[in-house]
Amino acid sequence: MSATVITITSGKGGVGKTTATANLSAALAAQGKKVVAIDADIGLRNLDVVMGLENRIVYDLVNVVEGTCRLRQAMIKDKRLDGLYLIPAAQTRDKTAITPGDMIELTNQMRDEFDFILIDSPAGIEQGFKNAVAPADRVLIVTTPEVSAVRDADRIIGLIEAEEKGPGDLIVNRLRMDMVKRGDMLHTDDVIDVLAINLIGVVPDDESIIISTNQGRPVVMQNGSTAGQAFKNIAMRLTGQDVPLINFEESDSFITRLSKLFKVSG
Amino acid sequence: MNLFNRLLGRSESRSGTVAKKRLQLVLVQDRVDLSPGRMDQLKDDLIQVISKYVEIDKEGIDIALTNTKRQSRLTAHIPVIGARQK
Ligand SMILES: Nc1ncnc2c1ncn2[C@@H]1O[C@H](COP(=O)(O)OP(=O)(O)OP(=O)(O)O)[C@@H](O)[C@H]1O
Ligand SMILES: [Mg+2]
Repeated sequence: MSATVITITSGKGGVGKTTATANLSAALAAQGKKVVAIDADIGLRNLDVVMGLENRIVYDLVNVVEGTCRLRQAMIKDKRLDGLYLIPAAQTRDKTAITPGDMIELTNQMRDEFDFILIDSPAGIEQGFKNAVAPADRVLIVTTPEVSAVRDADRIIGLIEAEEKGPGDLIVNRLRMDMVKRGDMLHTDDVIDVLAINLIGVVPDDESIIISTNQGRPVVMQNGSTAGQAFKNIAMRLTGQDVPLINFEESDSFITRLSKLFKVSG
Repeated sequence: MNLFNRLLGRSESRSGTVAKKRLQLVLVQDRVDLSPGRMDQLKDDLIQVISKYVEIDKEGIDIALTNTKRQSRLTAHIPVIGARQK
């Protein structure tokens, strides 16, 4: 096995990186892949609660890097899903506790054992971002269809290209088709048009995300939500499967409503 | 944008369309790190340099930054009136 290291990042904060990391990790594990998710947002640890593993933390990423514990001791195994692990971030330290070199070394130690290593990056363009991107084989950029988030995504894409990790793939998150239809939200095509980058998936704004985060159970672990299906599709694309994009625009036309009765499409 | 809105000429003013236009403009500036103020200076400098060689119509000058894919292009349309009086 030789793992693919995928970093999930964004320019603007709060656009859905942690949600995407938790769901893509779980969806990949559900496909039978061996996956470790690393929370690189040091000081603002969150991936643990979104995955529902916060009560099992003993050691964290900084402990591993500083040699306070062995790598294996910091890996939390998700008992609900075979092959899913989490390395939590330190909560009481800051981004300067680790370096890009540490992240490269750490992931190299795990490459033989895993299929995928997913890294949840902090927002912004500073050291935390650099740490998260340094070991990446692929970078996923998350944005919402809003002017400020797309602008910041463009800046990040530029930086990723400068680090020769680019251009990366884009996830458009929290799309509201009702607003797109009446012309009050950027269309996914518009976002792709201005950013000139490959789109790997579109995730609708979906209250099941909030409910699942309340419960500490990623949406992909339960059936029936459109957001969950969207994340599963992205996970399939990451394993090289050719899954057509969900066309939310038509998702409530009569035909698709009919077909949805039989299968959650997209 | 649906046909109904288009027929009513609404699409141009919808906030989604406005958002795209604003993004296109701001990203062009972001990518080359050139503010509108610096752009004006560039234009003035360009006029000075070119005026050394030919006489140009300063009012008719059109300088623009545009993007194709992730590449930026600076284009200038400069109407030439005639030879510089030596
Ligand atoms: N598709 C979605 N539908 C509804 N809510 C969502 C969706 N995606 C994310 N959210 C909500 O948006 C909020 C921010 O999400 P998240 O924490 O994943 O963002 P982030 O990019 O990791 O933020 P930060 O930059 O602070 O790390 C959360 O409350 C989350 O539940
Ligand atoms: Mg986060």
